[in-house]
Amino acid sequence: MEPRPRSFYILGAFFVVFLLFLYGPIMTIGILSFQGPQGGLTFPMNGVSLHWFRDLHQEQAVGDIWGSFGRSFTLGLMVMVTTVVVSVLAGMAFRKRFAGSGVLFYLTIASLVIPSILVSLGVGLIFNQLGLKVHWSTSGFGSQLTWTLPFGLLIMFAVFNRFDKSYEEAARDQGASAWQTFAHVVLPMIAPSLIGVALFGFTLSYDEFARTLLTAGSYNTLPLEIYGMTTNVTTPVIFALGTLTTLFSLGIIAVFFLTVWVIQKRRSKQASDAGSGLV
Amino acid sequence: MTDLASSDRSTTSTAPRARTSGLSTRMIGWLQAAPLAIVLACFLVLPIGMIAIVSFWGATEFSIYPAFQFDNYRFLFSSPVTYSVFLNTFKYAAITWACSLLIGFAVAYFLAFHIRSLHWQIGLFLLCTIPFWTSNIIRMISWIPFLGRNGIANSALISWGVIDEPLDWLLFSDFSVILAFVHLYTLFMVVPIFNSMMRIDRSLLEAARDNGASGWQTLWNVIIPLCKPGIMIGTIFVVTLVMGDFITVRFMSGSQKANVGRLISNDISLLQYPSASATAIILLCTVLIVIAILLRFVDIRKEL
Repeated sequence: MEPRPRSFYILGAFFVVFLLFLYGPIMTIGILSFQGPQGGLTFPMNGVSLHWFRDLHQEQAVGDIWGSFGRSFTLGLMVMVTTVVVSVLAGMAFRKRFAGSGVLFYLTIASLVIPSILVSLGVGLIFNQLGLKVHWSTSGFGSQLTWTLPFGLLIMFAVFNRFDKSYEEAARDQGASAWQTFAHVVLPMIAPSLIGVALFGFTLSYDEFARTLLTAGSYNTLPLEIYGMTTNVTTPVIFALGTLTTLFSLGIIAVFFLTVWVIQKRRSKQASDAGSGLV
Repeated sequence: MTDLASSDRSTTSTAPRARTSGLSTRMIGWLQAAPLAIVLACFLVLPIGMIAIVSFWGATEFSIYPAFQFDNYRFLFSSPVTYSVFLNTFKYAAITWACSLLIGFAVAYFLAFHIRSLHWQIGLFLLCTIPFWTSNIIRMISWIPFLGRNGIANSALISWGVIDEPLDWLLFSDFSVILAFVHLYTLFMVVPIFNSMMRIDRSLLEAARDNGASGWQTLWNVIIPLCKPGIMIGTIFVVTLVMGDFITVRFMSGSQKANVGRLISNDISLLQYPSASATAIILLCTVLIVIAILLRFVDIRKEL
């Protein structure tokens, strides 16, 4: 192996600094959330305890963290399932040209780049004028989909652009119906990417703040709850909440990656070549 | 595009059958695209239309009423605040863009060209994306113990003897706002640039070297032009996210600075929906113009 050029070491050092920049602050609040009962929002640490985590379980002066967590989780799952189903359908549709496909494509891109607060404001106004009540499971759900679906569709584009059509042709030549071709050939091949779409859908929804601001109604989702807390909570309890939600997100990622790993392992055990053209 | 419809037609022999199957595949295409179209129509097109309509409405202190007047726009364009706030928005977008491009390019370059094993590439790349999955607001709050008057940065600088007094401009300033933007959005630059770098045929780099190009010449004449699509997509992401933001600016400036998003959210909190809508429409037009300019440099649909 040839010796590393000098730029390798410079960029390597830069990369490490970048990682410190990404992780440093989050680690800081991770450490500070273990402050003692007398501790404040900054260093130095005033003792070490689980006080603030215990405090999270108690009735909060503002709002209800666990209720909002439940709502965010449910909403995340709803958005996740919808995103996967709708993105796969739309991804399949875009493989062929259909009237209006150009308009729909640019609309999807627009959905990605239009500032979130506009979606929030517009949906809020419409519900208001129609006399409907805004609620996280209706207006909030729809608003979040305008953010997750474009990501889902873009991933599906990437998947289908690298998809070998000869597998489908082979299935059809052997007499498979359109549905059989989809269920037994296409779906197993794209399954690992669908897990990626699901991960995107869930976490984007779980963290979404701006699009839910005016559309969640009287019951807060977790990001809204945290936002509320930042304005009037001045104890490390908010750091404890931050640490917990971060750990929860990491747990979700771990579950998703474990699923991908298990699927791939099982697949290689069955010695099927399905999907080998993909990854 | 060798589509399903054409291959269907080639296998079916009789003309009438071919026509019905052609019709049904078109129907299937529409049915498959329908859910996406319906969601976007209900939660994107109609709401934006509603904002456009309401931007001409009037408002009292407690309610809004239908009208067709230009008062909201007239007020916006006559107020010097509007111009300074828009200027501030562009400033944030430009500086954040420049920082995230430099960092994103360097990080993507390191991952794509200096890391040789695919496993390490994927591993280090995932390491960069993990913080992205945790809440934006939490990531913003996490800067406060870092940058505050008695924060880690100030105490470290004082103990190293770099400064005598805590720096006040670290938190609740333009500096902290831009720092948070770079922290939140640089990943949106890394991903597309990394993606285009991974597609560059490595033999091109060898050819450049064989022809006597220096490292810088290869970078400037080969790598950067081939990364242009990635840079453009990353730029669109970063610029639109920063221009539409209202929460980062509020948080990190301690409510001392304003951008267009904050102008809108302030109006909303005062229930001044028509005036918020008018500002929103102007923001929307600005964003669309910026994107239209950027799209002249790249065909997104070809790059996917």
